[in-house]
Amino acid sequence: MIAVLKHEVKTYFHSLTTYVFGALLLAFVGIGSVLYNIQAAVSNFEFVLSFGSLIFVIIVPILTMRVIAEERKQKTDQLLYSLPITTAQVVVGKYLALLLVYLIPLCLICFYPLIFSHFGDVYLLTAYGSILAFFVMGSALIAIGVFISSLTENQGFAAGIGIAIILFNYYSVRLSEYVSSTAMGSLIAIFILILGLTAIVRYLTKNDYLAYGISFILVAGTTITYFVDSTKLEGLLPTIMKKLSLFERFNVFVSGIFDMTAIAYYLTVIVFFLFLSVQSLEKRRYN
Amino acid sequence: MISVEHLTKCYGDFVAVDDISFEIEEGHVYGFLGPNGAGKTTIMNIITGCLSATEGRVLIGGYDIFEEAYEAKKLIGYLPEQPPLYMNDTPLEYLKFVGEAKGLQGQELKEQLERVIQQTKIEDVKNRPISALSKGYKQRVGIAQALLGNPKVIILDEPTEGLDPIQIIEIRDLIKELGREHTVIFSSHILSEVQAICDQVLIISKGKLVAFDEPQNLEKLLLAPNEIIITTDAKEEEIKDILANINHIVDMKIEEGEKEYEYAVAHIKTDHDDVYEISRNIFFGFAEKGKALLEMALKKTDLEDIFIELTEKNTQLKATESEEVDQ
Repeated sequence: MIAVLKHEVKTYFHSLTTYVFGALLLAFVGIGSVLYNIQAAVSNFEFVLSFGSLIFVIIVPILTMRVIAEERKQKTDQLLYSLPITTAQVVVGKYLALLLVYLIPLCLICFYPLIFSHFGDVYLLTAYGSILAFFVMGSALIAIGVFISSLTENQGFAAGIGIAIILFNYYSVRLSEYVSSTAMGSLIAIFILILGLTAIVRYLTKNDYLAYGISFILVAGTTITYFVDSTKLEGLLPTIMKKLSLFERFNVFVSGIFDMTAIAYYLTVIVFFLFLSVQSLEKRRYN
Repeated sequence: MISVEHLTKCYGDFVAVDDISFEIEEGHVYGFLGPNGAGKTTIMNIITGCLSATEGRVLIGGYDIFEEAYEAKKLIGYLPEQPPLYMNDTPLEYLKFVGEAKGLQGQELKEQLERVIQQTKIEDVKNRPISALSKGYKQRVGIAQALLGNPKVIILDEPTEGLDPIQIIEIRDLIKELGREHTVIFSSHILSEVQAICDQVLIISKGKLVAFDEPQNLEKLLLAPNEIIITTDAKEEEIKDILANINHIVDMKIEEGEKEYEYAVAHIKTDHDDVYEISRNIFFGFAEKGKALLEMALKKTDLEDIFIELTEKNTQLKATESEEVDQ
């Protein structure tokens, strides 16, 4: 794992995307602090981070697109399979390297509240609390990016899908106001979600029975719920969209609350997607 | 060292490897021989843990490659068909990474790096980016990677593919050298190569193991040399006259040379056990008639013939089998 981590970090410092990632993150947060802290003379640094989080839509996919896709394309994944290390070690090593790359611009950002506190009253506790949350949220997005990269050998495709998914996640709260909140609407949306889940399970396990079995149970469950008590499904879809949004949970930190459930949610997302990435790599051996 | 038991690999309905079993012992050079698409790469990928088997199992030094992957993989160095190189690294950086991933540290890592760099002769290029290296050097870096950690078994998939003749000779010499300290398995579809460097040959055709023996024994499998090729200045009629007096000649084919050269080439087949006896008779037969033998050669059967015979047999066998099924 350490060997993979060291090698990845070295590779990142040779590649332009790392610098683009850092530069864009710093530029966006910089613009944010000019707008909020300097021009509007607001002393809350959290608003800046809330503003800056939009840039994740672009920079996370750029950073993560090559992480596994490139290994496949260059056939270097065969080396990783034949080395006496497990795929979990490979994925975790690569992920930690990405976090390290992400931490560097974040360390610079950590100075901002300190600098501003010389010129006014900055509440450092919420500022640093939200920087920490900002880090964990970014880490969760990076884990999603790693998984998307593990699905394909085409970097461009990985980046495109990554941008689409993160963008959808960013706007899902606003979109949730427009989606149907009737029970029927929820039912249809849940069916579509189940269909997607079935496709993913089938792709990863190549096991038809498992995939169809899971989807059958889920479909049966929701249908029964619908007929027994359709009020339970009312407004379910907007709620799901709100709950799944990584960005929405970050807004709690912006309002000055250090929400442990959000941190727990982010960590769950990280573990879940890293687990899926390992499965996706393992699956290559079983095709 | 390696035992492969009833290995089968299917891709959907296509059977790439069909119930193969064999044992590989320590300290020899083994050659996997087979036409493209025979299943060589698939077998190697399974042995090295890069691919799962549909059925059967592989033991490396007693460790199952899937159940006890860590111990098994420590015993193997693998160079896949396309060397798995990180193009932005220099060979030194790349080898350092592989060495560390194989669990080498500090002084040991340094010593091993020096040793493999010297062994594969990449000292001159070790600080250049791999993307700028020639194909031969890339192949060497790939082999160097396989040698790190001093594994007992080294598996090379078509290591001479796509190299120029001089590079091929160099890589072959390297394989021979490695064979002194390691068990080497390499695949090739070039027969002369396998014949030149292997102690044991495994011929694979359509996912099946059709032969497993020493090259010399495989040659013996076919008939002993039984064809004599002569070039003479005698005319066709004269050749026939002379050969008519010699026993044990079962067949002959005479090609008249072009007129200006006035020589003929004859392919003579014999059923006698001692070909040299027949050669002697032919020699004196021509001498008596005052005709010169410009050239005389024995046609030896080589692996090429065996290979074609075995792989064709396999095809024919399959064909008859399917015919039987049809009926």
